[in-house]
Amino acid sequence: MVAQNIAFGLTALGMAIGAVRVVTTKNVVHAALWLVLVLGGVAVNYILLAAEFIAVVQVLVYIGAIVVLFLFGIMLTRAPIGHDPDLDNDQRWAGVVVGLLMFGVLASVLAKQFGRVHVDTSHVQRTADVANSVFTTYVVPFEVVSVVLLAALVGAVVIARRD
Amino acid sequence: MLLNQFLFLGAFLFCTGIYGALSRKNAVLVLMSIELILNAVNINLVAFGAFRDSPVGQVFALFVIAIAAAEVGVGLAIVLIIYRNRRSIDLTQVDAMKG
Repeated sequence: MVAQNIAFGLTALGMAIGAVRVVTTKNVVHAALWLVLVLGGVAVNYILLAAEFIAVVQVLVYIGAIVVLFLFGIMLTRAPIGHDPDLDNDQRWAGVVVGLLMFGVLASVLAKQFGRVHVDTSHVQRTADVANSVFTTYVVPFEVVSVVLLAALVGAVVIARRD
Repeated sequence: MLLNQFLFLGAFLFCTGIYGALSRKNAVLVLMSIELILNAVNINLVAFGAFRDSPVGQVFALFVIAIAAAEVGVGLAIVLIIYRNRRSIDLTQVDAMKG
């Protein structure tokens, strides 16, 4: 249990630094690379919560596909590779206020409601349980998601096509 | 482990994502902030799934990951067409609907 807490603390620290760097760095490519750190930390958190299937999917889909898509987007829009001071708009301080206020509200509610609640990760949710759940109770949403993915694929091709 | 440590981490990622979505003007960076928000939601789903000892949290996290992939695909296509039409992805200049 102590080892898990140490692992959580280290990843949470890395993720916090990475997330803040994603939204404050002046270099678009660096933002994408800090995002990799945050997404990897999320995968570590899934492992700590004994959700190994979601952790693998996180690495495959987010780090493998979505970050590459982001890098392609940066490349195709010819953003200046390197230091670019003009990435923030003039709502920065309003954004800081909204973010801090939101975090204050969420933190107080969570501390009040789940103060000393422990999560028991000794009983692993096996991938077989997840698969059973997907293909019995949630089979209709699963099929709908596949149609949504197809529609998004076709839509992205149609929107981005040069005609 | 405490349930709250995961929930606080999720709350922090969520608020960081909100700050990024509000304060960035590069469209790709706004999409990255939205990814932060979606990941915060996923951490909460998996944490509550482990807390309740049920696989449903992981199932919903899978759905969120699929929707996020679709969202990034369509979002980047929209960003590309904005770039092609205006030679810039500065969101403060995309104000044709501003009164």
